[in-house]
Amino acid sequence: MKVPMRWITRYCDIKDDPHSFASRMTMTGTMCEGYELEGAAISGVVTGRILSVEPHRDSDHLRICQLDIGSGSRQIVTGAANVQPGQVVPVALDGAKLPGGEIHTGTLRGVQSQGMMCSIGELGLTLHDCPDCIEDGIMILPDDTPLGLPITEVMGMDDYIFEFEITSNRVDCYGVEGIAREAAVTYGVPFNFPKPRVERTHGELGSTLTVRNDTPENCLRYTGAVVKNVRVKPSPKWMRTLLRQAGVRPINNIVDITNFVMLEYNQPMHAFDLRFVKDGGIVVRQAKQGEALETLDGVVRKLDPSMMVIADSEKAIAVAGVMGGEFSSIVDDTNSVIFESACFRAQSVRSTAKALGMRTDASSRYDKGLDPENTMPALMRALELVEQLDAGDVVGGFVDVRGVQRELPVIPFQPERINRFLGAEIDRGFMLDVLRRLEFTVSQDESTVTPPSFRGDIEGFADVAEEVARFYGYDRIPVAVQPTVPSALPTPIQRFQRQLRQLSVAGGYYEINSPSFMSQKQLDQLLVPKDHPLRRGVHISNPLGEDTSYMRTTIIPAMLEILSRNYNSRAESAALFEIGSEYLPYEGSPDGLPKEPDRLIYGGYGEVDFYSLKGMAQEIASTIGAGRLTFRRQSEIPWFHPGRTADILCGGQKIGVVGEIHPTAAENYGIKTRVAVMELSVEQLFALRRELKYQGLPRFPAVTRDLSLVCDERSESGSIEQVIRDCCGELLEKITVFDVYRGAGIDPGSKSIAYSLTLRGRDRTLTDSEVDSAIALALKALEEKGIRIRS
Amino acid sequence: MKQKLEKIRSEALSRVAQAASLQELEEARVVYLGKKGELTAILKQMGGLSPEERPAMGQLANEVRTAIGDGIAQRRQQLEKQELESRLSAESIDVTLPGKDPRIGRLHPLKRVQDEVSEIFLGMGFDVVDGPEVELDLYNFEMLNIPKGHPARDTQDTFYIDDNIVLRTQTSPMQVRTMLERKPPIRIIAPGRCYRSDTPDATHSPVFHQIEGMAIDKGITMADLKGTLEIFAKKLYGPDTRVRFRPHHFPFTEPSAEMDGTCFRCGGKGCRFCKGEGWIEILGCGMIHPKVLRDCGIDPEVYSGWAFGMGLDRLTMFRYDIDDIRLLFENDLRFLRQI
Repeated sequence: MKVPMRWITRYCDIKDDPHSFASRMTMTGTMCEGYELEGAAISGVVTGRILSVEPHRDSDHLRICQLDIGSGSRQIVTGAANVQPGQVVPVALDGAKLPGGEIHTGTLRGVQSQGMMCSIGELGLTLHDCPDCIEDGIMILPDDTPLGLPITEVMGMDDYIFEFEITSNRVDCYGVEGIAREAAVTYGVPFNFPKPRVERTHGELGSTLTVRNDTPENCLRYTGAVVKNVRVKPSPKWMRTLLRQAGVRPINNIVDITNFVMLEYNQPMHAFDLRFVKDGGIVVRQAKQGEALETLDGVVRKLDPSMMVIADSEKAIAVAGVMGGEFSSIVDDTNSVIFESACFRAQSVRSTAKALGMRTDASSRYDKGLDPENTMPALMRALELVEQLDAGDVVGGFVDVRGVQRELPVIPFQPERINRFLGAEIDRGFMLDVLRRLEFTVSQDESTVTPPSFRGDIEGFADVAEEVARFYGYDRIPVAVQPTVPSALPTPIQRFQRQLRQLSVAGGYYEINSPSFMSQKQLDQLLVPKDHPLRRGVHISNPLGEDTSYMRTTIIPAMLEILSRNYNSRAESAALFEIGSEYLPYEGSPDGLPKEPDRLIYGGYGEVDFYSLKGMAQEIASTIGAGRLTFRRQSEIPWFHPGRTADILCGGQKIGVVGEIHPTAAENYGIKTRVAVMELSVEQLFALRRELKYQGLPRFPAVTRDLSLVCDERSESGSIEQVIRDCCGELLEKITVFDVYRGAGIDPGSKSIAYSLTLRGRDRTLTDSEVDSAIALALKALEEKGIRIRS
Repeated sequence: MKQKLEKIRSEALSRVAQAASLQELEEARVVYLGKKGELTAILKQMGGLSPEERPAMGQLANEVRTAIGDGIAQRRQQLEKQELESRLSAESIDVTLPGKDPRIGRLHPLKRVQDEVSEIFLGMGFDVVDGPEVELDLYNFEMLNIPKGHPARDTQDTFYIDDNIVLRTQTSPMQVRTMLERKPPIRIIAPGRCYRSDTPDATHSPVFHQIEGMAIDKGITMADLKGTLEIFAKKLYGPDTRVRFRPHHFPFTEPSAEMDGTCFRCGGKGCRFCKGEGWIEILGCGMIHPKVLRDCGIDPEVYSGWAFGMGLDRLTMFRYDIDDIRLLFENDLRFLRQI
């Protein structure tokens, strides 16, 4: 909220430069986000009196004026029509700066003009700020304005306006009173907030105005008074200036008084025409089902019993705490006005405003929980101002009815405990002084403190400690030397995840960080069938959009989106990975929450293909001691290519899947090339870890043999390898494929796979005949399956 | 004979000195010192000399043989050296041609920062814990002293699954889960994803990352909070970093504070980055609210604790000069490769 310094210094005597003030307030808890000198954009504009006005020779609408600016005279040429000798006006001199630009001496139609006379608009002001001026002409100042004064001073624009960010627990600081109190305690000066008083009342209220509270739970207090013979006119300049600086547009004295009090006391006020309240009998009640009310903004509101209204015996007049009704609003011939100053329960106003889709200056204050004790002083202030501004005749008497009252907590005052808690050594006397300045009531024996009613945020010991700490200064609390504590260790699974990530980086994959949302549309693009379990993800009831309305049940769409983005920004190749969560709802979840398993996912195109990923998987398995993986053809997953996909198994269990994404799905994602994806379960991999142990260096030389075998096109190398392994037993140290050939010399429908075998004896040098017979055994077994040596 | 020996000596040395290659040198050696060489032939004639002449001639002959041998050895060294030099010169390569790309990947910047922060806290004795992102309203709000109807709960900010389940808006529910599972002393950090209903732009994302931290024990004070967090800031930003604590408000801590660190761009002098203040906000923290402790079964009369919460995306953006948070989620390789 915006507060001009002069409004604050009405109530406490502070002289400080703005930067220091902003800083000190921030450091005691009232954060100042910034400040500005209101008239900072204006310089070199002074008041001057017009001495003479002559028509310009060469122009019908230009006039030549001679002015006295106190320190000398100036000639100004103007196109304005409203200039007369004797007027005092703002004069922008040579070199002056205005929001619209700089002003310099120049010539208009051959006549020198030593500056410019200003309109209100040129000074950044409006008719609301200056109701006696006209927009289309020079700003005319009061006759008695001294000459040669900077205009910023004359208009009160030479003041700093501070922008404070108030936290939601400090409702009391949404008004100037609260800010000024904080400032007074911060600077250790007295807080002089006068009690408002009305000098002269006119008649007595009697039964002209009565109030009945039918909803004491929601209406915590209702006070009101009447002003008759209202004389609506512009507010005086001092009030208009402060309102303007606080960011509120001045309208007229009655409206301005209610706004002024709201800003100063943080107490919303409502003024309405007494005539339109039947018999002057106000009833505060819950609305009836279907009851309708046209609010001041012209919208007809449909109400229900959850909403509180201000009403008379016949109808609703206002939505309590939110907005007044059109019907009872003040009009040109209004004579008697009711000033209402009430306190409503925060939750009631919140839910009513939300249900109606409204948010007003009033409701945004009420919904944080105002202080019922503040209603009467605010009302008195309004009446005091009515009298000062001669806006009407204050009728004597009030209505004041309470609802449910809150008891103020009585909190033990424990200075040693406070010091132990903060780790500081704050003087007991200092603590009591701060609390008293903050208007806590201290018991006779200083054993307990009671917070003031406007501090609904103070409940117990910790709150009192904070009040003490923030004025003592957080920075004065010592920095405790930390005890030497042994380092903590990552858990085994955390270390494991780190290892997986490092392996992936070594393998050439870039780690990604993908969003957790999913949409049904993405599942469509992925070719997931409509009734597939993956469709039944955690659904967000208030998502930002359809695209992000589910929590993902599969991490694959996220990977594909990212691959697609890179593909479409012309990355030739991509190799990506991530350990990310999937969110899987399940039957029998005790708290309704889904499982969130971690998936290790790889994706790539270009240089990365099925076999790259397969190699990565095997490398991981070897490194973590899980041994050899088995890859088994998988053609049943709709989003994978039926001929280029495999289940990944280890020790008999399926731990993942690797394959090319189905070309249709890939195209749906805008990827027009082969894209491969691999998914592994981190949990299962973790369970398969084994310690690697040294097996000794080979002591005997190895024998290598190459075998080219011809088999049917559909044969799988894996089964051929298995036969060779079985036949060669522990003699076979290693078998690799170094070529797969089709073409000249091979029958159509067949292929030739070339293997390189490495055989080694554990405890002896193998003889040729041993090697030969092992291989012969293998070849025989293969022959029985129709696999022959290539000739 | 003497003359012949001298003649052989000077001829041989001259020829050796002029040998242009190891082959020529070998040829020269054979001619003079070989089985059928000239010197060998002369030495065979030694037998025809008188016993008085033989010692002197023998000595001279040996001298000559030695001289030629040394000459050959020397010339060989020279020639070998020359050959080596010319080979090296011919093998010279253009060192400015591109090297072979080893094709190593990279960790994601956000994860790297998370790892770094975790390391610092592990080193100070804090365990790293993890918890669900789809979370109970109870743990995300109510048990953090944010009852239903509290302004912090506006549905405009929170993603709801149903009345009781939300996407966690902060990592603070991990405080609750930890307190329910463990008894003090507790020292933990909990990094993780959070969600808020924010329209994505350069500084807002509906998915974001935080790190939560908490220490609970007997006699933990606000001075301890300051101590640990100051150490953390210095480890993360450098030993010259200073910190300050400003009063603030969180429903689950009391007193609450925000910690600023000296601006790492200007060292605290004031610059555009820190809006001339010299300070950058780093995290929010405070003493755990007694209500929160009590609701989690920890007696606030016996135990006290502090907690902090920090935005990881923001930290990552500062670290690497990233000006748009969406880059952290888009994973464009052109971005990932830069950092």
